[in-house]
Amino acid sequence: MAEGAVLPVETLKDTVVGRSLWVEARSRLLRNKAAVVSIGLLLFIAIACIFGPFVTGHPFDRVYPDYVRVPASLESYPKADQVEPQIERIGSRVRGKPENITVTGDTVRVTLVGQRPIDERLLAYFERSDLFQAAKVVERADEGRRLVVDVPLKKQYFFFGTDTNGRDLLTRTMKAGQISLAIGLLATFVAILIGVVYGATSGYMGGKVDLVMMRIVDVLYSLPFIFFVIMLVVFFGRNFVLMFIAVGAVEWLDMARIVRGQTLSIKRQEYVQAAEALGVETRGIIRRHVIPNTLGPVVVYMTLLVPKVILLESFLSFLGLGVQEPNTSLGVLISEGAKNIQGAPWMLIYPSITLVTILFCLNFIGDGLRDALDPKDR
Amino acid sequence: MTQPVLAVRNLNVRFRTGDGILHAVKGIDLDINPGETVAIVGESGSGKSQTMMSVMGLLASNGWAEGSVKYRGDELIGLPPAKLNDYRGSKLTMIFQEPMTSLDPLYRIGHQLALPLTTHGGMSKSAARKRAIELLELVRIPDPQRRIDSYPHEMSGGQRQRVMIAMALANNPDVLIADEPTTALDVTVQAQILELLADLQKRLGMSIVFITHDLGVVRRFADRTYVMKTGEVVESGETEALFSAPKHPYTKMLIDAEPRGRKEPPPADARVVLDARNVEVTFNTKGGLFGGVKHTLKAVDGVSLSVRAGETVGVVGESGSGKSTLGRAILRLLPASGHVRFEDRNLMPLDRSAMRPLRRHLQLVFQDPFGSLSPRMTAGEIVTEGLLVHDPSISRKDRDRRAAQAFEEVRLNPSWRNRFPHEFSGGQRQRIAIARAMILHPKLVVLDEPTSALDRSVQKEIVDLLRDLQKAHGLAYVFISHDLAVVRALSDEIMVMKSGRVVERGTAEEIFHHPRETYTRDLIAAAFLNADPDEAPGTRHAPLAS
Repeated sequence: MAEGAVLPVETLKDTVVGRSLWVEARSRLLRNKAAVVSIGLLLFIAIACIFGPFVTGHPFDRVYPDYVRVPASLESYPKADQVEPQIERIGSRVRGKPENITVTGDTVRVTLVGQRPIDERLLAYFERSDLFQAAKVVERADEGRRLVVDVPLKKQYFFFGTDTNGRDLLTRTMKAGQISLAIGLLATFVAILIGVVYGATSGYMGGKVDLVMMRIVDVLYSLPFIFFVIMLVVFFGRNFVLMFIAVGAVEWLDMARIVRGQTLSIKRQEYVQAAEALGVETRGIIRRHVIPNTLGPVVVYMTLLVPKVILLESFLSFLGLGVQEPNTSLGVLISEGAKNIQGAPWMLIYPSITLVTILFCLNFIGDGLRDALDPKDR
Repeated sequence: MTQPVLAVRNLNVRFRTGDGILHAVKGIDLDINPGETVAIVGESGSGKSQTMMSVMGLLASNGWAEGSVKYRGDELIGLPPAKLNDYRGSKLTMIFQEPMTSLDPLYRIGHQLALPLTTHGGMSKSAARKRAIELLELVRIPDPQRRIDSYPHEMSGGQRQRVMIAMALANNPDVLIADEPTTALDVTVQAQILELLADLQKRLGMSIVFITHDLGVVRRFADRTYVMKTGEVVESGETEALFSAPKHPYTKMLIDAEPRGRKEPPPADARVVLDARNVEVTFNTKGGLFGGVKHTLKAVDGVSLSVRAGETVGVVGESGSGKSTLGRAILRLLPASGHVRFEDRNLMPLDRSAMRPLRRHLQLVFQDPFGSLSPRMTAGEIVTEGLLVHDPSISRKDRDRRAAQAFEEVRLNPSWRNRFPHEFSGGQRQRIAIARAMILHPKLVVLDEPTSALDRSVQKEIVDLLRDLQKAHGLAYVFISHDLAVVRALSDEIMVMKSGRVVERGTAEEIFHHPRETYTRDLIAAAFLNADPDEAPGTRHAPLAS
């Protein structure tokens, strides 16, 4: 057989680079269409959430008092029917009655008629409105009692509409996405880091150590999660970092159990016994042999944990225990949307679509990974 | 000539895999005549199992078969499963290699036996139960009235395989396909199962298709033999003719693959490397958190052995005889009592961390070349892990160089050292495992069934390799195996173990030619060591008239 052939030493130089199980899993994952589409979509959402707020032209906390709860639209604001009432309102402040309001293109020509001469400084009211830019006087008549004014419209886009405070919902959704994804990833990372090390140690050591370590997990499990979070909030106040701690501190328990179970079966594998026979120390065995071989299920669980954490965060925020204004998260947005479902359905629809898309993507990726890492397929 | 009961014509089996389409069976023709025993022989990967799986419509979901399989003139390929079920399970039945997993652990065996009777035979429940008891009697299960209500875990491997056979016989099949039916069993049990099959065939007159890699079995039981290699039938014919005058070089190689040769004895003045006296290993099963009943099992009961440099001690026994436990106990991988001395050090008082520096001299090679290599490390990393532990000062580059050397020593291409274990064949993996043990230049190596999971021809190469390494480095081996042919080719001294005790010990010569104990004789008789030219080929059962 060819395998027994002694080969010349020249072959020493160019070694064949093997295809690791990870590389093979990746190629299997890339054949899964749903997973690939999900990865692309999720990347798009992530990039949009990170860079989007710089592009929309609205800071996430900017309030537009004149655009409270305007519906989503692809066309620019102000709409034609908003212009006249707004000019009437401004006219009353300037103490001039607006007449002959004509909109041509991006500018409005209006004739203000006052009983006394109109103070032109008051025209600054136009600029202060969210609808118009600075007004220009074109014509004065009757000693300033009659002014013809050109007011350029201030064009604004609210693709997702605005919320009850008149803030751009698109920007806020992106900001919320940022925070939800960040919490999802970071809390998951924390959970996995603690869970893998704890579970692998507990499983590998076995015996009394295992018994004590797993009973600690059981005790922590029995703490009611909401109660735990409320307690943290009471003691430390509401803050962003606390969310990671709260969620991470609960979710690592699952991870530790999963990894411990994996470790128990890996421990009996002959390659672990072989390492023991070689005299490898416990730490070396856990690091080189146990943990790398548990990572398959861990990766799968991770993709399922991220949406779980996002949902948890949304749930906490929905209850009002999560992130604080003016920061926001998808849970906060959906909670507000739910309150305004009758008057402003867009406030519920768009954040919900975002959340659902993210969750779907992550679940499809998780599914794809599970198939890709399935040992039966090898 | 009678019409064949099963005729396979131009059968092709293909699998869709990640690396393209795998052509597993390449247009083969087979004929199974009524009442005949046909063996399909080949090494792993030859497509012998897949051929029969496609006949039964049991291919994995990514595989498909083309060609023609006719059962008494009815075409089976391309039948929908519902139609196929009219044949399989009643006319064509199959028994599998692994009796541990082919029975459903959740149901009593009576229930599982009755299933084919009620679905195919259309029997009532009580009639099926009666027939099930008859069947158990037929396959010689003692006390069938009682055993019918046992669960699979209450039975031994051999008994489970008997139940599987009973299940296959339930509807008086015309063809029984046996896929390596005895490979997972101990040699003595193996012989009983084979005898049972031969006897059943004589009484019931069905055809048996034997899929196996074990030529000893083939020679004793098959009327005709097909030899398969990489999806093709390379040679076929009457078994006796095929064995006495093989034409194809592959057949010759298979027949010749029995490990041959004897080991040269070590020099008389060789010093003792390991000396174990009265080793005892006891396993306690604790009754859970709150105490409960304690069971103790003496796995190794007062065994002594001593190995000199360059010497091989063979430890032989069936599964459960404590031979593997003994191997681990003398390496102090298991808590044991007694005395174990390595050179001039007493190993017994040493704890885990005190043992670690000594581990470089005491190595272990495992049975399963698939389980003993960490799947996420490259072969080079696996081989040099011992250096990482015992010589941490060696640089990464030097380690890589040592890995290449070690690869060459076990006759593997060193440029493969960055590959991962799953990219190697079973024999190559076992070489990697041997390289891992050898890189530290140990003094004693415990070889725990290193060849049992390998094909015969690969076994031979591994045996040669082990012999060469021993000669080159003056290694002491403790060779644990149930395979007497391999033990005979490697050992100076042999210990026969049964339920934790040594029942017989002596030189290889003494044990094989003048065994004293009946147990030893049974083992030797069951192992079909008929490739040895100076022994009679044994009694082959008479071929049935067809």
